[in-house]
Amino acid sequence: MSYEAVIGLEIHSELKTNTKIFCGCATTFGAEHNTHVCPVCLGLPGVLPTLNKRVLEFAIKAGLALNCEINKFSKFDRKNYYYPDLPKNWQTSQYDLPICENGYVDITKSNGETKRIRITRIHMEEDAGKLVHSGNTIKDSDTSNVDYNRTGVPLIEIVSEPDMSSPEEARLYMEKVKSILQYIDVSNCKMEEGNLRADLNVSLRPAGSDVLGTRTEMKNINSFKAVEEALTYEIERQEEVLEDGGHIIQETRTWDPDRGITLSMRSKENAHDYRYMPEPDLVPIITTDEEIEAFRNSLPELPDARKARLEEQFGLSAYDAGIITSSRDMAEYFDGVIETGADAKLAANWIMGDLSKNLNAESLEIADSPVDAKRLGEMIGLISKGTISSKIAKKVFEEMWKCPDSPEKIVKDKGLVQITDTKAIEEIVDKVIEANQKAVEDYKSGNKKAIGALVGQVMKQSKGKANPQTVNQLLAQKLG
Amino acid sequence: MKVTKKDMENVAVLSRLDIPADKEAQYTQQLNDVLEYFDNLSAVNTDDIKPLAHVLPISNVFREDVVKESLDRDLALSNAPLKEDGYFKVPKVLED
Ligand SMILES: [Zn+2]
Repeated sequence: MSYEAVIGLEIHSELKTNTKIFCGCATTFGAEHNTHVCPVCLGLPGVLPTLNKRVLEFAIKAGLALNCEINKFSKFDRKNYYYPDLPKNWQTSQYDLPICENGYVDITKSNGETKRIRITRIHMEEDAGKLVHSGNTIKDSDTSNVDYNRTGVPLIEIVSEPDMSSPEEARLYMEKVKSILQYIDVSNCKMEEGNLRADLNVSLRPAGSDVLGTRTEMKNINSFKAVEEALTYEIERQEEVLEDGGHIIQETRTWDPDRGITLSMRSKENAHDYRYMPEPDLVPIITTDEEIEAFRNSLPELPDARKARLEEQFGLSAYDAGIITSSRDMAEYFDGVIETGADAKLAANWIMGDLSKNLNAESLEIADSPVDAKRLGEMIGLISKGTISSKIAKKVFEEMWKCPDSPEKIVKDKGLVQITDTKAIEEIVDKVIEANQKAVEDYKSGNKKAIGALVGQVMKQSKGKANPQTVNQLLAQKLG
Repeated sequence: MKVTKKDMENVAVLSRLDIPADKEAQYTQQLNDVLEYFDNLSAVNTDDIKPLAHVLPISNVFREDVVKESLDRDLALSNAPLKEDGYFKVPKVLED
């Protein structure tokens, strides 16, 4: 039988506030353990939590950017469960009146097809602390140590509908959400620091059926690669179980990235019963239409709109515009290159080509690129003016990567100016014709491709500096 | 009886409470008494009453996003029954 996967994601994103959601403790990552704690986030008796205004602002902005409706009346609830990463034995979250509902994002698949992924809700909640286990795994640890620095760091949880049907779609959805959160600047989205992580729900059903199968969940997946790999593995595993006539057990499984498999947690824990109750220590939140509109107006241009603009204004292909606008930093870098008067298509090619290649090789973010937008723009200007060829530009770029000099200075110092002087090129062309009679004969006897070898020789002898167009013209003339 | 012995056991598990066998009947009865008392509320006509989110008629209490000093770590740990190297130490989390 052929099966169809049904995938839903719960994305947790830490918000980039200075302080925690209900107290004034700092949210700085990597601080000494248990130094960012106070009576409120430690859940000591008698304390009064108060909502950080910026958390509400960021949650509403995220909701608007993800096409949600904002609930004008919203409240917090207690989600009860016993786990030592929560000192209060409940997580302050939102249950029946989350701040945002009914949104969506559109993803573009590798085959060019666009698909809409619906967002059920976005709610605000507090993050939990971190456990350090004494053994290798949680199960073979007799004790664990707890660091409550992260407890109370503000989170939004973005819950999707089960609208994705492949690991690729799930990855694209998460990438899109990350990109939007970065555009509106509400989260650092540093996945390696756990700013953005997803719980993946997946089930299978016979292709074409509209009945949902039993699902499994994988929690806290914090890289795009792991999202795709964990889902791919889990879909295959479920398929095998069903093919063998077995049943899927509804459970949480852990993803082991080293072995590339998911494992049952086999915990004897009862089915969850969170016994949500309204949080009596926090008062309801009422938001007006005027406030919502003001937040909407404060949003920057979002990835989809920016992509459409780059296609229209600069004639970029949908693919190129999609890549350039996938991150706000890259889109702004592109704008910086264009501001120098550089050609847009060349700018896109250089950003997606040599620049990205070098950044990846050194694991650098574009914002930390040794070649800034202005210098890349100037270099592209030199190509457009004919001062250097595209081939020489690659050398200039490598030099720029290593030193802060302007491209003009590098071209001058290294003697990389393109030879456009026809006389000088003609001399080299004559020498090459003289020395390569075989290729000349081949060309004259009808093998037009033989000219390629001659062009190559001229370029080589000019150390790449001859203008390739002039070389081609001269050779064609001389060989008749 | 609204609450059965089974409900009672479930509540005890969810609350991580160990109820001695000789107290089960008594606690079950007490829970029932509490719930039956709440039934008095059913006598009130609530047709035109909106669900209540909070007992106080206030909303929108916020704080500015400004860092305040946290607790000194030793003080934060001072009431912990178990601690180790600046951490709160807890017993086995997941059982086999
Ligand atoms: Zn605190």
